[in-house]
Amino acid sequence: MAAAEGQTSSQTSHDKASHDRTPHERSWHEIVLQTLKRNDIRLVPYVPDRVLTTLIKNIHADPFFTTFPTAREEEAVGIVSGAWMAGLKGAVLMQTSGFATLANVLASLAIPYQIPLIMFVSERGTLGEFNYGQALVCRTMRPVLDSLAMEHHTATRLDEFEFIVDRSIKQAITTQAPVALILSPLLTGGKVFEK
Amino acid sequence: MNQPTNTPARNTKIMNRFDLTSRLVAKLKNEEAVVGGIGNTNFDLWATGQRPQNFYMLGSMGLAFPIALGVALAQPKRHVFALEGDGSILMQLGCLSTIATLKPKNLTMIVMDNGVYQITGAQPTPAAASADIIAIAIGSGLANSAWAADEEDFERLVDQALTASGPTLIGVRIDDRPGTGATRRDPVQIRERFMLGLGVREAM
Ligand SMILES: Cc1ncc(C[n+]2csc(CCOP(=O)(O)OP(=O)(O)O)c2C)c(N)n1
Repeated sequence: MAAAEGQTSSQTSHDKASHDRTPHERSWHEIVLQTLKRNDIRLVPYVPDRVLTTLIKNIHADPFFTTFPTAREEEAVGIVSGAWMAGLKGAVLMQTSGFATLANVLASLAIPYQIPLIMFVSERGTLGEFNYGQALVCRTMRPVLDSLAMEHHTATRLDEFEFIVDRSIKQAITTQAPVALILSPLLTGGKVFEK
Repeated sequence: MNQPTNTPARNTKIMNRFDLTSRLVAKLKNEEAVVGGIGNTNFDLWATGQRPQNFYMLGSMGLAFPIALGVALAQPKRHVFALEGDGSILMQLGCLSTIATLKPKNLTMIVMDNGVYQITGAQPTPAAASADIIAIAIGSGLANSAWAADEEDFERLVDQALTASGPTLIGVRIDDRPGTGATRRDPVQIRERFMLGLGVREAM
């Protein structure tokens, strides 16, 4: 379980409280990076979120990946869709509020064209949210996913995380259907109010 | 219809989307990919003959350039063209900065500027009377952006784009005629055929 004391857990290692981590245990963001690699997902456009900071930094540092920020999440979805049709696999990183901008592109591109869009959504708006707008927009996410009958999983535990990510990526690609992997504050520590 | 501003950049001939699309397609000898944006740009692309390397958008307004960027990143040896309406690109101007930063030399963007949302009833866009798409593109970092003065100039700019050392954006002022064809609304077949055309898939 995360013990989120700081402004954000992403910069320090208390994704999981350090006292219950063995030295070789991997953090959630190491698991994301390694699982992307193992599944040959090379293209990673993103619109940042505080919790994703370390993951984004490490993906930038690894020459295996082509990674860059986009101006909008929709744009990133367009890019990975084009790339997949041309033989290069990708995934998009975003925050809950970014997901809320995607209903149109999911319904008019990713789903009807059967494109295996892989999304990692850092979940704001719950379990200690301090901004009411974030809490509200978060509540739109699962109803949108469910109304489009999209596959989605909320990752809360480190011990299940690699299984969820690896299997979901493989399922998205083989069934040519999008998937949203929601990174709960229970997994990442989230972002909490300090003062 | 377009309300020409006084900027010299906009002092160009008013051309026709289908004619220009036909001129572009006639130049494609190396299985170049072409992404047609929502509505008229993909209708006219469809009407030029359904090349397997064509992709037709049935929604996702504004995403022709991002989709084409993805194709260009995945296949750096293939040249990729994208056709987009002015109303559509206004919805996704940020992608011009992304493309300027990544500098894919195999990407050419064409903006078909009629100053209106033709397909929804020809309402003027918010930019029609004031903004200059090419100036916006240059300001976004796409130095290789220009208005085509006429059809011959358009063809010359396309030829240059094919051997350019960075991404190219070509603006064309067009009339307010609707698209010529009607793309078959079958997204799975459109996508599958495109993947076959790009050599990513083999026919079943
Ligand atoms: C997000 C979104 N908003 C609005 C629409 C409705 N719509 C479809 S095509 C279109 C106009 C496109 O204008 P432009 O790109 O300039 O092409 P033109 O019709 O002039 O050829 C609009 C407003 C839509 N499909 N999606």
